[in-house]
Amino acid sequence: MKTLWTLFRVFFTIGLLTFGGGLAMVPAIRRQAKEQGWMTEEEMLDCIAICQSLPGMIAPNICTYIGNRVKGVPGAIAATLGIVLPAFLSILIILMFLGHIEDNPYVKGAFVGVQSASVGLILMTVYQMSRNIMKNWLSWVLAAVSFVLVVVLGVNAILSIILCGFVGWLSWYACRKEGKK
Amino acid sequence: MILLQLFIVFFRIGFFCFGGGYAMLPLIYQGIQDFGFMGTEEFARLVALSQVTPGPIAVNAATYVGYQSAGVMGAVFATIGMSLPSIILVVLVMKFMMKFHENKGVKAVFSGIRPATIGLLASAIIFLAEGALFKSGGFTVVMLQAPAEYFNLIPILFCVVAAFLNGKFKMGPIKIMLIAGVAGAFLIR
Repeated sequence: MKTLWTLFRVFFTIGLLTFGGGLAMVPAIRRQAKEQGWMTEEEMLDCIAICQSLPGMIAPNICTYIGNRVKGVPGAIAATLGIVLPAFLSILIILMFLGHIEDNPYVKGAFVGVQSASVGLILMTVYQMSRNIMKNWLSWVLAAVSFVLVVVLGVNAILSIILCGFVGWLSWYACRKEGKK
Repeated sequence: MILLQLFIVFFRIGFFCFGGGYAMLPLIYQGIQDFGFMGTEEFARLVALSQVTPGPIAVNAATYVGYQSAGVMGAVFATIGMSLPSIILVVLVMKFMMKFHENKGVKAVFSGIRPATIGLLASAIIFLAEGALFKSGGFTVVMLQAPAEYFNLIPILFCVVAAFLNGKFKMGPIKIMLIAGVAGAFLIR
């Protein structure tokens, strides 16, 4: 019960502070996953890749993954409820009581402020994660390729994940063949 | 009846649409045409509101459509419809993946995917920075001619300070985003 409450509380807090897409919440989730001992850095990356490749919203997908990993289906529900509730409540409160807050300069300022900070936080996350994950030249090439594919060429993220997964498999397969000779 | 309809429309979008919130918005627009109450102008407000409110954009949108069509219960049904596919799909896929957990080939696939995911995270920096840190629309001549107009200086300062607080002082992301929100409300115009 305590774990379920922790899952809900953590993702509720993250949900309150995440603007602009599922990947913006990765730094906060990574920190929590480390502090609570939920999963390793590698598994965190696998989780992101899988959740990005599945249909549905990326943030609730990630929450379900972590919740399910920590405490089974009840954990998945608690975590997803946590991330969804702030979004649900904020829209409800605005429509019922507040009216046009999207033009309010304070709201806009807060939104841009959080988003700008998120950019810095993801920057640090990418830096710290790459120090743990990038162990050979091939991984740098794959990271660069997926970045260029998505940003410059506008290729779907799922395609770049599939491509790099295939290259990973190919390099393992080639090594194994060579080992047998 | 409209409650069930709302549930089904959003469940379908959640179940079949790849690529997260922004990719879903056009499908949500199509999906709600059946309810016939929302023109382009109202939809534009929905998008603007979903962006400045916390949480997943598609949940914001579902709650909005649900409430406008059938009040609080409508909002509840639309939001559950939107979120349920995530729980079902991810739990099923994880169950399936557990079977191949120790397979060496599968491990090799993920060793290729991990760096790709880092590249993907790096690309999220660009997408988030566009609009917040600098004017969207890519790098243009304006950037060289009038850098002060192209770059938003205070948000860039926020970005640098956030990275510094996190990297140097190990301050938690949640605390940093909270401070950035409060400070942004008063400092960013």
